[in-house]
Amino acid sequence: MAIGNGSSNGNGHRPKIAERVAAVGDKTRSSQAWNSIFRPGSIYRKGYTDSPRNRSYVIMNNVLYHLHPVKVKRHAVKVSYTLCLGGLSFFLFILLTVTGIFLMFFYRPTVTDAYANVQNLETAVAFGSLVRNMHRWAAHLMVLSVFLHMARVFYHGAYKSPREFNWVIGIILLTLTLLLSFTGYLLPWDQLSLWAVTVGTNMMGYTPVFGNSVNYVLLGSRTISGETLLRWYVLHVLMLPFVIVIFMAVHFWRVRKDGGISGPL
Amino acid sequence: MPEVPEHLLKRSRERRKALGLPVEGDDGETESTPDAPAADAGAVEPVEEVAAAASDAGESITEDKGGVPAHLLERSRKRKAALAGGGGDAAPAAAGGGGATRTATAVAAPAPTTTGPGGHTQRLLTVVKSGSIQQTRAEAQDKVHVWPHLLVLEFASILSLMAFITVFSALVKAPLLGLADVNSTPNPSKAPWYFLGLQELLKMFNPAVAGVLIPGIALGLLAITPYIDKNPSHKPSDRKFAITMMTMFLMMWAVLVIIGCFFRGPGFNFVFPWDKQGIFFEL
Repeated sequence: MAIGNGSSNGNGHRPKIAERVAAVGDKTRSSQAWNSIFRPGSIYRKGYTDSPRNRSYVIMNNVLYHLHPVKVKRHAVKVSYTLCLGGLSFFLFILLTVTGIFLMFFYRPTVTDAYANVQNLETAVAFGSLVRNMHRWAAHLMVLSVFLHMARVFYHGAYKSPREFNWVIGIILLTLTLLLSFTGYLLPWDQLSLWAVTVGTNMMGYTPVFGNSVNYVLLGSRTISGETLLRWYVLHVLMLPFVIVIFMAVHFWRVRKDGGISGPL
Repeated sequence: MPEVPEHLLKRSRERRKALGLPVEGDDGETESTPDAPAADAGAVEPVEEVAAAASDAGESITEDKGGVPAHLLERSRKRKAALAGGGGDAAPAAAGGGGATRTATAVAAPAPTTTGPGGHTQRLLTVVKSGSIQQTRAEAQDKVHVWPHLLVLEFASILSLMAFITVFSALVKAPLLGLADVNSTPNPSKAPWYFLGLQELLKMFNPAVAGVLIPGIALGLLAITPYIDKNPSHKPSDRKFAITMMTMFLMMWAVLVIIGCFFRGPGFNFVFPWDKQGIFFEL
């Protein structure tokens, strides 16, 4: 409003900087580009007011509508009910994907390169050490949070009808989480990873009848070798994430279809 | 005029023929008009007369019965009497006068004339009580908007977790031991922490039992828990058995994992973590 008034009002009033900034902000938020990005009801749109109708629009006109309904039961927003464990497991998965992609830029899954690449990451890459640490600790935390999420769901009896099948999917997700963590364990190719994986896979080798075949399929050779490293790398960065994303999609969808979060007790 | 399917028109023609009513479009004409005024007016009138006679003879219905309004029952009774008396040999309504309400309403009036006895253009097939076909389950629920109540909470918890992980990662380094060497086995060799419970079992059982059978059965039992536990209650006080079993199950793993992590030293022998040798554990 203030722009353009300066010369016309005779006494030489010039718009202040704050007024100019406000005017630019106003113009931006009424532009076509801005309105094409933020759908009606977005809190960033011009003229957003806090009304029940707009609160509904915020969700309905948002990609989050795939995860959340417009309204939830009141007890569902109590932290003490869910402890946020399921949601935080999902967040940890996203964090692990982001940090994992970063790590992939500096890593080759071969016997000669793997360890050197990790050392290089620790010493020469900007933020390499921090990101590797985050990936490691987030992975351990995810195993823990998925496990605790399962315990929470059990103690609330949330696996009961109609949510039986979603519990089964949850157990599959727990197993996939363990496998993701375990396959990642080998990749640094140091003494810790080699022998931890040796102990782990030896156990699977004792499967009755086809123990040897199981071991061979998992390791790609009789003992842990470069073949194993490549195989577990592909499992870790591609196949298991792909599978777990599909199961997660079904898991989240079923949460909503089965009537949202369970309870109250 | 709405399009009437061919097979229905055909059925209608046959029925009319059987009842001796005039049939339009008899000779191959497919388009039949439901409102053929002249023919129908002639056909309906005699029936109406008979109905009036019949209602004089029989007593008329004035009370509601089984939720069906009296005037409908009355109309149905008249119609049936008319058909029974009117000599329609194919009329199924011969089954008694008043009858049960069900038959009274469900009996199909045979002649597909365009107007009914009272000049009505529709007829009642059956009366279904609303309770049996629709249930209203609108229990009021105490709900809150996801925005802002839930999203703000989620955002806050994600931020705190992110902050925690960033600070922790900046302070604590992830372990990286020496280059993998197949020829030097560290003592002890430990699996990742979440498998240390299994490694602990390996001390007690044959490897096939400890490494495959027990975890397999445990996961399988866990997966079918909802189908084993038939108790519909969510209240902890009603679920003492289930809660006890699960707590024991979880505690068993927790204890095994903790022993495996902190109480196992060289040769996977029992040590105390506060011994001089220290803790043999890497995350």
